[in-house]
Amino acid sequence: MSGATLSVSVWRGGGDGRFVEYKVPRRESQTVLDVITHIQRHLDPGLSYRFSCRVGVCGSCAMTVNGKARWTCRTHVSRVADDGRLRVEPLRNLAVVKDLAVDMTDFFDKWAKAKGAFAPTATRGDDFAAISPNDPKREQASAGIECIGCGVCYGTCDVVGWNPDYLGPAALNRAWTLVNDARDGAGAQRLKAVAGDGGCLGCHSQQGCVQSCPKHLNPTASIAGLKRTTALAALKGEL
Amino acid sequence: MSDARAETRLWLAQRISAAVLAVCVVVHLATMVAAVQGGLTTAEIVGRVGGNVGWLSFYGLFILAAAVHAPIGIRSVLSEMTQMSKERAGLLAGIFGLFLAVLGFRAVLGIYQLGGGG
Repeated sequence: MSGATLSVSVWRGGGDGRFVEYKVPRRESQTVLDVITHIQRHLDPGLSYRFSCRVGVCGSCAMTVNGKARWTCRTHVSRVADDGRLRVEPLRNLAVVKDLAVDMTDFFDKWAKAKGAFAPTATRGDDFAAISPNDPKREQASAGIECIGCGVCYGTCDVVGWNPDYLGPAALNRAWTLVNDARDGAGAQRLKAVAGDGGCLGCHSQQGCVQSCPKHLNPTASIAGLKRTTALAALKGEL
Repeated sequence: MSDARAETRLWLAQRISAAVLAVCVVVHLATMVAAVQGGLTTAEIVGRVGGNVGWLSFYGLFILAAAVHAPIGIRSVLSEMTQMSKERAGLLAGIFGLFLAVLGFRAVLGIYQLGGGG
């Protein structure tokens, strides 16, 4: 390992930027985030990128590495750069602010459009809702609840690229967890928000989101659940 | 976002027509494989299918399902892959669906009448 170097192509500039090559020393147990940090600290202090926890908790360091969206902090160089080459770009489907930092506004606005906020039905005077972890609806909600909003699925999804109105896998997955939350009171409005072409019905079930999700969630299954529920609501005239 | 209710109904129509098509295609292919054993000629086809209300109904349903299913998909492809508006894509896809229905029903009726039906 000692003496070896990595050839790293890094996107520089805004949407109309270009790749710049850097040589970075190869180290043991090196992550892609370590590589980017090395470039900024030792080679080019003007490089912009976003990170926080460095341990796969916050989800802020998502970038496109050798063509695939990933968390850079949890991606070891050894897993993605067998030939000693790395190509690091900003996440796809989001406007580039500068270099590797993207504007997440659309991503989070779509969570709001999908009614991704919990709408409580109880007051603080009420007792706790007693929900068994084995309740079938709770199990559906729990299956998708660990999403941390990193945007990896959004940067992978082709439908987002084709249809700018499409809410995307993360927002729809969030909506599905709330549709299955017995304590939530915005079910009908949420179904209206996620029905239609820009919502769950736009999904082509290609499962890029499933393949790329660093939390190993299955947004396609959540979206399929939304499709079934909205279709049923449409048949009952409730949509 | 387009009208959620209309989009959901179109989606349902496409899924239901797909289910019908799945059955129709299997019956159609199985019949073709069986029919080709006796030699595939116009006379054989007309003799077997023509004038038969059962086959007329089956292929009528087949055409209807195809004429519903295909244009909904074409509409999605056009609006996702081109800069075309949803309305224009819907119009073009609708014309295509009508074209499929007219050609299909014309062929089905033609075979039915050749066999002495209608």
